[in-house]
Amino acid sequence: MQLIPCPWCGPREETEFHYGGQAHVEHPADPHALDDEQWAQYVFFRDNPKGPFAERWAHTAGCRRWFNAVRDTVSYEFLTVYPVGPPNPLGTGTRERQEATA
Amino acid sequence: MTPDAHDLPDHPDFLWRNADPKKSYDVVIVGGGGHGLATAYYLAKNHGITNIAVLEKGWLAGGNMARNTTIIRSNYLWDESSGIYESSLKLWETLEQDLDYPILFSQRGVLNLAHNLQDVRDSKRRVYANQLNGIDAEWLEPDEVAKVCPIVNTSPDVRYPVHGATYQPRAGIAKHDYVAWGFARRCDAYGIDLIQNCEVTGIDVSGGRVTGVRTTRGRIAAGKVALAAAGHTSVLAQMVGLRLPLQSHPLQALVSELLEPVHPTVVMSNAVHVYVSQAHKGELVMGAGIDSYNGYGQRGAFHIIERQMAAALELFPVFARAHMLRTWGGIVDTTPDASPIVGLTPVEDLYLNCGWGTGGFKATPGVGWAYAHTIATGEPHDTNAPFTLDRFTTGALVDEHGAAAVAH
Repeated sequence: MQLIPCPWCGPREETEFHYGGQAHVEHPADPHALDDEQWAQYVFFRDNPKGPFAERWAHTAGCRRWFNAVRDTVSYEFLTVYPVGPPNPLGTGTRERQEATA
Repeated sequence: MTPDAHDLPDHPDFLWRNADPKKSYDVVIVGGGGHGLATAYYLAKNHGITNIAVLEKGWLAGGNMARNTTIIRSNYLWDESSGIYESSLKLWETLEQDLDYPILFSQRGVLNLAHNLQDVRDSKRRVYANQLNGIDAEWLEPDEVAKVCPIVNTSPDVRYPVHGATYQPRAGIAKHDYVAWGFARRCDAYGIDLIQNCEVTGIDVSGGRVTGVRTTRGRIAAGKVALAAAGHTSVLAQMVGLRLPLQSHPLQALVSELLEPVHPTVVMSNAVHVYVSQAHKGELVMGAGIDSYNGYGQRGAFHIIERQMAAALELFPVFARAHMLRTWGGIVDTTPDASPIVGLTPVEDLYLNCGWGTGGFKATPGVGWAYAHTIATGEPHDTNAPFTLDRFTTGALVDEHGAAAVAH
């Protein structure tokens, strides 16, 4: 069990938190414009990197607030935590970026 | 008195050559676990293709194959799943003779416990679905559960009382290492190269067609490349720009010290999240649910084990004084519908076998058979045809969360 640094409460035990998967997955700005493939990408496809990963956590047994974190998926170390809203510090995984690189 | 060297048993014969990579193969299989080895075996046996390399980044069958809880069953809900898991169970039933190698396949039966009214309804539904698919399945009341496995606590005075169980008598366990070694030995006899310490670092594509792989032991040209790398499939697919609906998670298990025979079957409980069998040697083998977060570290968190042990002790008070011997974690690749992805990719001659989540071991011979067919013919076998990558676009999902037995 490791300590997770909640941005509001400070370090708390892992069991107080709920995992929310990849961060910065934005709801389509114009849902009617999406084809099936794009909907599939939004609903089912997520990044799955070996290394730093921007993801969502909720401090469910504490302040009950969601926040984002960059965590290394090999060492499980939290590299940074930050509030929901600011851009992804890794610059990866957003829909805009996928479309830009597609 | 210390034993002399000549008192010790003879060193066993080697089961396979430790091959070095050639420059080129007809088929390169990435991943030297159960699925990769079974695929190579059936490519040779069923399709006459033997110019094959199986590449393993570590040691042969040292990934998830060495880390699973060895449970084999086919009591899945949907027809598609019944098709592939039951085809696998039928192969398990003759595999020892086919491989001419002991795999200690023991059809001691599997109980899936129900702990509340909805569990009971869902379990009975699955039993009826199994029966319609010709799969042996029964619903057992608590007193019948106690007859099959007397050490299960069927008292109504516990937090999650046992309201009954599904029972598949033909299900069971096999010795995972022996399964891998049996396949490896037969592959080697066909002339297939099993190449260890050979990590794939790149996949070459030219004109939309795969042409080979780059590895820590040099470039290897390939007519076809077949992925069989379980939790690391996303990492490999990314090398050709292929994004997959996979999330890799740690899955933990543990064993107790050796005990006298005490546990006659396999017991799984989805609700309280533990599954237990007793290995041939005597250890209690216990699996947990997956850790919630993504991970590649081949370890997980202690609190998962703590919950798993709490569940085990309520179900099996007789385990209270057993000592834990060791714990470990594998990395499982989960999909949104808890079903695998086996088949073609947008890259020609690149094939995909992944997404088995927590349940890949039981599928080993069945997926090897189907995947070999897919690779050899360029078309899916009947049993893996429903498990396409494009089902996430078409919506033809095979939602097996209820029968996966471990929530993922």
